[in-house]
Amino acid sequence: MRYAMAVDTKKCVGCSDCVVACQTENDVPIGYCRDWIVEVTDGTYPQLELEHRSERCNHCENSPCVRCCPTGASHYSDGGIVMVTKNKCIGCGACIASCPYDARYTHPKGYVDKCTFCEHRTKKGQSPACVAVCPTKCMYFGDLDDPNSDVSKVIKKRKYKTLIPEAGTKPQLYFLI
Amino acid sequence: MRNSRREFIKISALGTTGAIVGSQLLMAKNNKVVPENSKGPWKMPHDLERTPTYCEVCFWKCAGWTYKNDDGKIQKIIGHEDDPNSNGRFCPRGTGGVGMYYDEDRLKNPMIRVNAADGSQTFKEVSWDEAFDYISVKLEKVIEEHGPECIALFTHGSGGNYFGNLLKALGSQNITAPSYAQCRGPREVGFIATFGDGLSSPEPTDIRDTRCMVLIGSHIGENMHNGHVQEMSDAIDKGATIITVDPRFSTAAGKSKFWLPIKPSTDLALLLAWMHVLIYEERYDKKYVEQYTFGFEQLKEHVKHMTPEWAYGITTIKPQVIRETAREMGNASPAVIIHPGRHVTWYGDDTQRLRAVAMLNALLGSWGRRGGFYIPDKAKVPGVPHPPYPKPRRTWRDAMGGKYELADLALANGVCDATVPSATMDCSIKAWIVNGTNLIETLPNRPNTLEAINALDLMVVVDTMPMEITGFADVILPECTYLERYDSLRVTQHREPTIALRMPAMKPKYNTKPAWWMAKNLAERLGKGDYFPFDSIEEELDYQLKKVGTSLEEMQRIGVKKMDRPYDDLYYTDGEEIEFNTNTGKIELYSTSLEEYGFDPMPKFTQHPEPPQGYYRLIYGRAPMHTFSRTANNPNLTDLMDENTVWVNPKVAKEWDLKNGQEIYLQNQDNVTSSFPIKVRITERIRWDSVYMVHGFGHSKKQLSRAFGKGASDTELITNVMMDPIMGGTGMRGNFVTFKYSKA
Repeated sequence: MRYAMAVDTKKCVGCSDCVVACQTENDVPIGYCRDWIVEVTDGTYPQLELEHRSERCNHCENSPCVRCCPTGASHYSDGGIVMVTKNKCIGCGACIASCPYDARYTHPKGYVDKCTFCEHRTKKGQSPACVAVCPTKCMYFGDLDDPNSDVSKVIKKRKYKTLIPEAGTKPQLYFLI
Repeated sequence: MRNSRREFIKISALGTTGAIVGSQLLMAKNNKVVPENSKGPWKMPHDLERTPTYCEVCFWKCAGWTYKNDDGKIQKIIGHEDDPNSNGRFCPRGTGGVGMYYDEDRLKNPMIRVNAADGSQTFKEVSWDEAFDYISVKLEKVIEEHGPECIALFTHGSGGNYFGNLLKALGSQNITAPSYAQCRGPREVGFIATFGDGLSSPEPTDIRDTRCMVLIGSHIGENMHNGHVQEMSDAIDKGATIITVDPRFSTAAGKSKFWLPIKPSTDLALLLAWMHVLIYEERYDKKYVEQYTFGFEQLKEHVKHMTPEWAYGITTIKPQVIRETAREMGNASPAVIIHPGRHVTWYGDDTQRLRAVAMLNALLGSWGRRGGFYIPDKAKVPGVPHPPYPKPRRTWRDAMGGKYELADLALANGVCDATVPSATMDCSIKAWIVNGTNLIETLPNRPNTLEAINALDLMVVVDTMPMEITGFADVILPECTYLERYDSLRVTQHREPTIALRMPAMKPKYNTKPAWWMAKNLAERLGKGDYFPFDSIEEELDYQLKKVGTSLEEMQRIGVKKMDRPYDDLYYTDGEEIEFNTNTGKIELYSTSLEEYGFDPMPKFTQHPEPPQGYYRLIYGRAPMHTFSRTANNPNLTDLMDENTVWVNPKVAKEWDLKNGQEIYLQNQDNVTSSFPIKVRITERIRWDSVYMVHGFGHSKKQLSRAFGKGASDTELITNVMMDPIMGGTGMRGNFVTFKYSKA
């Protein structure tokens, strides 16, 4: 099993619904977030291009955050989801420094927090909160080892890119372009 | 503002003593307060794992579920899977609607304006009894001295139904919402003149099956009209062509095959040129036009010289692009939508522009066709019977001197104008009830609004938040949020009719109450209790629901009920005979009703004023995470966006030596300067003759702790209003601003 997510930049409108849905689903305190929107404009008026991306932890196959964690709090869970065990985390911040995507933050309660692909939901067969709420249905989640999963099918069909591939982290967040 | 009877005051200045401004002593009326709940077979919120609601953060009214956690706090609000408005997916505002409940800046107690010991005016917290007594004494005086039709209601939201019932029971029809003359009114009138029918809400655009959609200044995706955003995404998936006409490179423009960066205020020329191409290249739907329309030959003659070359000089859109886009539409016909948009009060000739939009749709045969406009249906839910309403002796229209007769709903600005004392007009409105609309930020020409308010004998403001308008109130009634109350059933149009229930998830926080309860209590005091013939809203809802084959008990469990659509008539069938609700019974390309009232039967392009040297046209719009000014203090939504910025083209920024993030004041053509500075956003996404800002920021009320002074208010800078002569809409895009490095 290899969980992954694809985000269709042709459909994402950058509304931030994924951000607020994640906050309410996962009790992320106001002022912090596990996912966020990036907007990129290219060109000069009127020859312009615009891309919106909903970004989050890339759940890398080769995660620097897991490697550098001194207590083993950061670890791979089922399906390659990168997780943090709250009560093992000492809040040292090594993982935050090592993440090329800036996907982690220190929760006011002292531990490091990040996207979990809503493991509590996926275990029940539900999609992550961000995927379930998105009004443009621009996000696809599933198991890359299953050729019939939403994410496998869309990645097969469409062109995509990953972020900072040169970091060698093997990110599992795919952006359809 | 003239020497003021009513000073703008801060709500925090709570005197515990003080005499009520300008009034006699309160009469002890010994009125009993109506109870809030009544027992029945239905459940209480705490008996339910999740409670049904429909969202009140915007007008789309998506139905959903409120979930609570083990501590009894609201965890999340999720869309209802059977709801056609949301399809189980809420937008960011609906998802963040929970912030309305938790906002600690909410209005907490009823308050009355009083004179403090030092002579200044302040608000005093009172009991609900005292507030109702005060209001009924004042209203009775207005009724006695001036008549009941001198009471007006401004409303935007569900509570308006109950206050509306109160007004009608008293004998006034001055019930208005700024969503008409400040927003979608011209569109309704333009479409009624053409098809005999307006669009209403949600607009019946069949986006999911369209092959080509044209957006003119409508920024779906930034305006988070949920169903439309969802369907646009479906249409993109299916390979539909999107054509966006906008002086700004909007999010939608970024998703479009064609972006036409039009010179602002020239849209009508483009629309006429498109009609020219469709007609003279014979790319219109001939069969449809022949069978259903009236006035084709007149239109053909009318647009004869309105060629793409003619339009190029006006719009700056190249003739080839105009032709190419017209052909795209023609190829997709009838599965094509020239989207009517929603906020369309721009330049004062808006009804005519929207007429052109309607006519273009008619030429393409998209009205009543799959992928164009479907025929919506709506559930019919009877109300609880009550005595007939008295007929008002006059309305706001009598103050208009015969103008704006084609307005099919009341004009908020008309009611406002009918309040300002005038030597020449019959202006007689003396009392306002304002429910859920912050008129200070909603109506253009703020000095006029303030003059009207100052002329009132009574202003009651019903709101959940200490919005600017509350500072001018005589009485403030704190409404509980939609998460703490029942409301009227949601009965909106769609492909299939549905009804949705809103019930409280939580008990009202603080000393807040639902609007139905306030209106009923006031009605009882004013001797109009017969018009609220139920003891509690649960009883009223149960009565209505049983009439349509369900019950409150069932609705508490299912939230949304799909009703049967009696006929299979979502689209016209091929060649079907149709009688349109117009004078000729046809779709009127040549409008006989506009002609009858002395207006152009076919739209003509008029040149609008352009910004003077050093000034830029002020364009405003929406952000997906906010609804007008009402969400600006919501803790969850300010977390996503807490201020607006002014978008400036890099060329302009260079000329003014502006830096990204620099704070600047804006000053308009009438020398009105923004109260607060706004941060500059230098971006290629805006033309050099315009600036852009998101509406709803720059709040001046300190009690809005997160919103106060964040960004600038566009409304404040809209002092030039271009009135639509046909229906009285307030065109607001004729304002020009320049940059001021400091306030002075």
